[in-house]
Amino acid sequence: MSSLTTNSEPSRWARMMSSNMAYSFRRNPVAMVSMAVFLLIAVAAVFSPLIAPFNPYDPANIDIMNSELPPAWVAGSDPQFALGTDDQGRDLWSTILYGTRLSLIIGLCAVAVQAFLGISIGLISGYVGGRVDSVLMRLADIQLSFSTLMVAIIFLAVTQAMFGSEVFNQYAVFMLIAVIGIAEWPQYARTVRATVLAEKKKEYVDSARVLGFGPLRIMVRHILPNSLSPIFVISTVQVANAIISEASLSFLGLGMPPSQPSLGSLISSGFDYIFSGSWWITAIPGVVLVVLVLVINLLGDWMRDVLNPKLYKG
Amino acid sequence: MSLLSVRDLTVKFAMRDNTVTALNQISFDLGKGERLGIVGESGAGKSITGFSLMNLISKPGFIDNGKILFEGQDIVQMSDADLRTIRGNRMAMIFQDPMVTLNPVLTIGQQMVETLQAHRDLTRQDAEKIAVMKLREVYIPSPEDRLNQYPHELSGGMRQRIIIAIALLLDPQLIIADEPTTALDVTIQADIMELLLELCQSNNVGLILITHDLGVVSQMTERTLVMYAGRIIEAGRTREIINDPQHPYTQGLINALPQQTLPGHRLKQIPGNMPSLANVPPGCPFSPRCDYAVDLCRTTLPKIVSYGQVEVACHEVERLHADDAAQEQSA
Repeated sequence: MSSLTTNSEPSRWARMMSSNMAYSFRRNPVAMVSMAVFLLIAVAAVFSPLIAPFNPYDPANIDIMNSELPPAWVAGSDPQFALGTDDQGRDLWSTILYGTRLSLIIGLCAVAVQAFLGISIGLISGYVGGRVDSVLMRLADIQLSFSTLMVAIIFLAVTQAMFGSEVFNQYAVFMLIAVIGIAEWPQYARTVRATVLAEKKKEYVDSARVLGFGPLRIMVRHILPNSLSPIFVISTVQVANAIISEASLSFLGLGMPPSQPSLGSLISSGFDYIFSGSWWITAIPGVVLVVLVLVINLLGDWMRDVLNPKLYKG
Repeated sequence: MSLLSVRDLTVKFAMRDNTVTALNQISFDLGKGERLGIVGESGAGKSITGFSLMNLISKPGFIDNGKILFEGQDIVQMSDADLRTIRGNRMAMIFQDPMVTLNPVLTIGQQMVETLQAHRDLTRQDAEKIAVMKLREVYIPSPEDRLNQYPHELSGGMRQRIIIAIALLLDPQLIIADEPTTALDVTIQADIMELLLELCQSNNVGLILITHDLGVVSQMTERTLVMYAGRIIEAGRTREIINDPQHPYTQGLINALPQQTLPGHRLKQIPGNMPSLANVPPGCPFSPRCDYAVDLCRTTLPKIVSYGQVEVACHEVERLHADDAAQEQSA
């Protein structure tokens, strides 16, 4: 009897591998390469304490006499430091690994904050509608009319002045996550609201109401899972944007302190030495940042094409 | 006490500069385990009636007046929280298109368990047991396997069976079925209707069947309401209405059935369209299309009165069939 229904048995993994998305992924070399590069960077970042030869956060490890040593392939290098050292004598390779980890953490967490705020507000706005919708969407419009960087700079500069740079540096990661998260929620809210407006007219929502479910359950359990594809698509783009925002703020001196550099602050600290010939302090983290953001964006493009085939026509 | 008692139910829709009356003083009763058909053309207010029984009319519509007494409680006055304990639990609804009424991203099992847990204090295992039992009742083969399937993996007829199973999950007193077979294949339509009838009879569940198919109504229901332009124009036992319709509109509906036409002849359709609800003519709303209309019909709205075995809202029926006494009554 159950022989007819054996196809309901395959595991979750097998189901996922046979899905359209996995198929299109296997057919798309750009997506595969991007994914590989992204995973490589991510794994290296996550395991940086194991991979890195030095701990760049430990002052005992750093000798100022080693400062500005060039990478291994340039004359005058020290074989200890494969990618050379920065202005404080830290091993650049180790510092980049740790910095990438910080950049990724800040990027992902900031997007989590954005997504949480944006999805909740978008769901409420779209589902409840009426006056609530108008108020929330005008708030989003106001928020969008300030550029992210402007909001972030003002906020970070004020907090830095208020608490002093020592306290600020200690909590810089959280500050960056909060400010980038709060500044970009309207992106999510608008997208989610638009999908909710389309979804809530569908009959399964009526039938959920007829079954006596409350509005919260209908929003979270019925409408939200049906609105996930645009959320996935903007999430990738937003992670890339958040990493760039973090780098920009750090570059401007409002982000991670030089003692705990992210990619942005590393680029920034090397910038002062670029004309004295120490190009690698800026260039190498710069390349890592560009590659990281590029692969995330390429993955986002691929995902958009898969989940939103309408975009291809035209 | 009857299960459901609707009195003078009036539903309006607030448009930009006026309000449109979609339901006009609907009154009817439904006994426990009784099956009632509501027929009429598109836009007559059948579905709105179904939705207002659940108090689910969404903006810009609203219940303007009237009472809906369900087991003695007035649905119209009830709070949202109280309504949710009735919806799905005491009163269930089945929609037209089974392809879109199930949530596409949840498995059948998740949807059934969720429904049970929303109304009863049950563990997942117990809820799944009940779900399997109900799926078996609607003749779903290998129900345990269905629980893990998504709606898109099932055929339309199968999905409608599952929807019926979900409607029956909490043993409701009343099921409102809004054209439950319109989107299905003809052969499956008959199966589904038979199933619905069987389940309603064996569980003594009341049924309100909203449809435009008089054939289905005659097989399924004990009493019938005929609606036109937001009003009930004829009500009574289904057999009387099908065999001996009194209102010219009902007569027209029955004459328009393909079975009533000789092969090779055109269908006898009712000329014209139902008036738009924003622009209902004065007097009897059917008068512009009615062959028997007289001046009185165009000026005075006929009241719904008992006539023979049925209740009917027509001036003319009394004049056609009867004497001066009936005429006096209508005036």
